[in-house]
Amino acid sequence: MTPAQEPLLQVEHLRVELPTRRRTLVAIDDVSFSIMPGEVLGIVGESGAGKSVTGAAIIGLLEPPLRIAGGRVVLGGRRIDDLPYEQMRHIRGREIGAIFQDPLTSLNPLYTVGRQLVETIRTHLDLGPEAARERAIALLGEVGIAAAAQRIDHYPHQFSGGMRQRVVIALALAGNPRLIIADEPTTALDVSIQAQIIALLKRLGRDHGTAIMLVTHDMGVIAETAHRVAVMYAGRIVEIGPVRAIVDAPRHPYTVGLMDSIPRIGGVRGRLKQIDGAMPRLGEIPPGCAFNPRCPLVFERCRRERPELLPSASGAAACWRFAEEGARAADG
Amino acid sequence: MAEPQALVEIRDLKRYFDVSPPPLERLLQRKPRAWVKALDGVSFTIRRGETFALVGESGCGKSTVARCLVGLYRPSAGKILFDGIDLAGLNRRKTAVPLRRRMQMIFQDPYASLNPRWRVRRIVAEPLVTHGLVGSRAERDARVAELLVQVRLSPEDGDKFPHEFSGGQRQRISIARALAARPEFLVCDEPTSALDVSVQAQILNLMKDLQSAFRLTCLFISHNLAVVYQVSDRVGVMYLGRLVEIAAAEQLFARPLHPYTRLLIDTIPRLDPVDGAAAEREPVAGEVPNPIDPPPGCAFHPRCPFADARCRAERPELIEADGALVACHAVAEGRLAPAALTTSSHPGATGRAGPSGKLAL
Amino acid sequence: MAELARAPIAAPRRLPRLRRFLDGDLLWSFRRSPVTVGAAVVAFVIIGSAIAAPWVAPHNPYDLASVNLMDATDPPVWLHGGSWAYVLGTDNQGRDVLSTIIYGTRLSLLVGVLAVVAALILGVALGLVAGWSGGIVETMIMRVADVQLSFPAILIALLIDGVARTMLPHNVQAEIAIYVLIVSVALSNWVHFARTVRGSTLVERNKEYIQAARVIGVRPWRIVTGHLLPNVLGPVLVIATINLATAILTEATLSFLGVGLPPTQPSLGTLIRVGNDYLMSGDWWIALFPGIWLALLILSVNLLGDWLRDALNPKLR
Repeated sequence: MTPAQEPLLQVEHLRVELPTRRRTLVAIDDVSFSIMPGEVLGIVGESGAGKSVTGAAIIGLLEPPLRIAGGRVVLGGRRIDDLPYEQMRHIRGREIGAIFQDPLTSLNPLYTVGRQLVETIRTHLDLGPEAARERAIALLGEVGIAAAAQRIDHYPHQFSGGMRQRVVIALALAGNPRLIIADEPTTALDVSIQAQIIALLKRLGRDHGTAIMLVTHDMGVIAETAHRVAVMYAGRIVEIGPVRAIVDAPRHPYTVGLMDSIPRIGGVRGRLKQIDGAMPRLGEIPPGCAFNPRCPLVFERCRRERPELLPSASGAAACWRFAEEGARAADG
Repeated sequence: MAEPQALVEIRDLKRYFDVSPPPLERLLQRKPRAWVKALDGVSFTIRRGETFALVGESGCGKSTVARCLVGLYRPSAGKILFDGIDLAGLNRRKTAVPLRRRMQMIFQDPYASLNPRWRVRRIVAEPLVTHGLVGSRAERDARVAELLVQVRLSPEDGDKFPHEFSGGQRQRISIARALAARPEFLVCDEPTSALDVSVQAQILNLMKDLQSAFRLTCLFISHNLAVVYQVSDRVGVMYLGRLVEIAAAEQLFARPLHPYTRLLIDTIPRLDPVDGAAAEREPVAGEVPNPIDPPPGCAFHPRCPFADARCRAERPELIEADGALVACHAVAEGRLAPAALTTSSHPGATGRAGPSGKLAL
Repeated sequence: MAELARAPIAAPRRLPRLRRFLDGDLLWSFRRSPVTVGAAVVAFVIIGSAIAAPWVAPHNPYDLASVNLMDATDPPVWLHGGSWAYVLGTDNQGRDVLSTIIYGTRLSLLVGVLAVVAALILGVALGLVAGWSGGIVETMIMRVADVQLSFPAILIALLIDGVARTMLPHNVQAEIAIYVLIVSVALSNWVHFARTVRGSTLVERNKEYIQAARVIGVRPWRIVTGHLLPNVLGPVLVIATINLATAILTEATLSFLGVGLPPTQPSLGTLIRVGNDYLMSGDWWIALFPGIWLALLILSVNLLGDWLRDALNPKLR
């Protein structure tokens, strides 16, 4: 990655709203990030943080009544958030591949995986049936399915969970996309299978230069896979930066608490560090910084004003402490 | 092993599930009966006051053990002794229920384990009412309030319905209900796997506090090794309905013996990949085989890099090695030395044990 | 022990029951659908007038003293020969059509409601038993249900009616006609309840709150009544509403075929049957107005049932 390179995906001030009968709730508020070609960006957060909604908004698969209410999504220099459904459908699969948590729901149980792959390939690439089938077999082989030439004619239920997720990845790769959005791709899998899928995703990113947006709640998966990570809380990004910097020295108090509360193997066993309370529900996000009721370092300003992402040495964190520090530094 | 302080003793527990095709189909198409051996001879003891954990991947039978223990499943064979009493012998309600009061369970899904149409007060009071532990309504309400406070909820929460709470709060209600009958033994089936990490830490800490306050003995079922490391005193590792290794928690994570245990520990995504090689490691191929038709010999042999002819033919039994129990021919024959994993002693931000001796897996 | 702060999630404030209902999603979805509001108004008028028949109806059709054969087959008020005394005309015996309709609706509703209640109790009980116990009990109950379902309601009613007619003396027959009707309509409707309840029971019994109750040591009977029953009742209420329309229709059909209520105690179906004989002689109002009334009642109850089903289904919301 050279700095001169154009980002592949740019999300600018994305806002997603959920209109209810009483009022309009804000699911995603002012989220901005970019992904470079070949980069793996992790989006991490607890349930309700808005990470999956962000992914769905980018590929135009928001479930109504959720709707994009502001901001832009730019893929390779082209704005895609306002495209009509038909054009967006073409971009999905051809330019953005999607992998979801449950491989069963992504596959049609009535068709062989070969037929689904060939169909997807031919939708997006100008290939004849023979060539498409060859490509399908090659894809299955690439995602680590042994005896792909035989397995291609099997139905989804004949594959195990881990193998199904490989088929889904092959489907996501079928149109040779430049970006893959993977939403909790390993959550439904056992640890040993999870490790296999992580390794596969990493290899694909490296070999094809495919950028990956990896949405997960599991910081361990992010730490092993991603280059950069964005931490989400209550619909906003609270911290973003290189993965090592954030794992080793998180700056936002929420990230600090999150890292501390992950149980680890090794070291003294005993009480875990915990963040008290829970993430606010959509309608109950407090004024000021959304984290302020749970924050151990809260002060007056946090309850009044909402902090923006402020760049730090390695990334950016949305916390007033850094603004105050910066101001003090400027004064001094 | 005779353990006088054992509260729960499980001997050669088996539980088979009938997955045969319907009788007519069997007759016409000459299909055989089929059984899933969810548990195929599991033996272990839980000592009074300790937390014993069972870990393994989905389908290994760890939840089946829990369900047999609390009476949700009837064992196909084997014995479960609770405080020296054989649970299988208790067929009459009169004799079984007083014993059941002494063991309670916390379930995995906080959204399904509370009756959505009952108020919290009634939910928490159910064990009290069932076992006739409180006389008057006032007494009952006082006890419920006390329980709610013990799990860090407020007494007023008794008036609410489960849907008014978050997942973590619901799990607290579940814990309050489990504690209501003052049990001695608590079975926790993946109690935090449906929760977010920050909430998981709250619940684990709460359980730890309550366990020491009430001197509870626990069986902790989990697929999350890091959680198991944090909460348990001893750990049993299960694979395809059998225990492959039992060891003290610190020892198991520092010096795992069985190749499957090593595989599990080695494949956890870690926050601090020790070196570039670790980040790029290609994990072990293969998956858990179909439990209807498990491999002969050691069930792990198709995935095991140390398997030889004996492993493929003869099923290993648990034997003592290095202070632990392990079911592995390679370890028994001395072909496989204990893995030398070093545990970093400091619980700092990067406190995970880095395997210095990388396994040739 | 560290003090755990309460989660900042403000639990929704609890409102009084009425306020909560007025505030609730149910009423909101009701108000948003003009068709449903219309149906509710129509149903209210028809059912309300039936319940309040003695005060609402202009005449008492059962009071033979007030019936004058001279007034027989008078047309409705807007036709030549009609009068305001008999707004919708009179039937062959000189009874006011509007009044017979209002009183007839009363009987139709009575049969329908009692039949649905009986079917509900029978179906829910059998469905719970089948779903909870499983095995041979379940197989037997569900086979009976399947057989039941393959017989049309009319056949069952004819069967019961036939048995009753051969076994009971003639003078009792008219008195018990209404019970025969209720039993036959109930018998043909319980299967829907049983199937739905069995289905929900199979889902609910595997949920962890049921297992939790078993672990606590709650008696099976109390698990079924205390835990299962309240959680399987939601869809049952929807079916009951929709079944009410079916039951009224079945009753009308049976009465029309002559195995229902006698002309001395006419329900809507009986009225249509009686009127049917006079269609050819040009006295169409005797059959048409009860027909329209019946159609409006069924349509409005059905629409309300559909709305209830959608409103209670979280997936469609």
